[in-house]
Amino acid sequence: MTMNTAAMTGIDLKALITELADTIAAHADELTALDRAIGDGDHGLNMKRGFEAVRAETAALAEKPLPEALKAIGTKLVMTVGGASGPLFGTLFMTLGKELPAEPDRAELAAALAKSIDAVAARGKSQAGQKTMLDVLYPVQCAVAEGKSADEVAAAADAAAEATKPMKAIRGRASFLGDRSIGHMDPGARSAALITRAIAETLEPSA
Amino acid sequence: MKNVGIVIVSHSPKIAEGTADMVRQMVGEEVPLAWCGGNPDGGLGTQVGAIMEAIEKAWSEAGVAILVDLGGAETNSEMAVEMIGEPRASRIVICNAPIVEGAVMAATEASGGASLKEVVATAHELAPA
Repeated sequence: MTMNTAAMTGIDLKALITELADTIAAHADELTALDRAIGDGDHGLNMKRGFEAVRAETAALAEKPLPEALKAIGTKLVMTVGGASGPLFGTLFMTLGKELPAEPDRAELAAALAKSIDAVAARGKSQAGQKTMLDVLYPVQCAVAEGKSADEVAAAADAAAEATKPMKAIRGRASFLGDRSIGHMDPGARSAALITRAIAETLEPSA
Repeated sequence: MKNVGIVIVSHSPKIAEGTADMVRQMVGEEVPLAWCGGNPDGGLGTQVGAIMEAIEKAWSEAGVAILVDLGGAETNSEMAVEMIGEPRASRIVICNAPIVEGAVMAATEASGGASLKEVVATAHELAPA
């Protein structure tokens, strides 16, 4: 089954925010453990702090049109995460908000995602293949552009996160470890996959 | 204040404050100075909002030089500068220099009335090749 190619009308923002915050909260310990292996061990806590701050404003956010809500979510993440992930994931949501129309179709979503991921790459001065969230986001954008179903997009994200294990970190704290970063999944990539699945689950709930 | 301001951003509030103490010892009150460090829960980290406040506190019409420790401090500082926006943003520079030496040297340069460009160049001389 492919995702509705017509306008994605009536995205339930309350459900989306709840799913995002629940997903991050449920995996916070896992993310922190991944970060402890190759980073500074605060990724799970930071992401949880950010998404709980977003959750606290669900009512106000759900009133806004989709683009405005996404911008506000991004700004909230920037201000509350307390690590480099704040500006990185914040830029992703803020740029999506800037680029998406109120009722985007599939092509508009793919185009907005491409611009948003480029903005994240610029913010992090990074590119694909450096063991970062970008290694999940680029394949996700491809899957969306190819018209894959929400579940297929989420599966592509999971596989892409898994594929960061053999990579050597070039950017971020993990790069200090050099070859020792090899063999561990990148926590930012894992977060990007979790966020993708939460969004997919909201757009197209599995039976 | 016409001298360039200095902002110190560390993951650790102790390092940021200690570095600021060393800067004060060198330049007294001649240079606008502010520091920030730590995440909202009091742990290690950096926050965009706190960096924006520090820039505000150390603001000088001559500009502000920011000294950072590790990656997240730099990314969050870049975000803070972008959120402050123009006309101030183009008069704020994040230095590529070790935080303690960079802050002390940059502030010393600034205390003599040097331009933002000169202050930043002094800090950059300390960057590893």
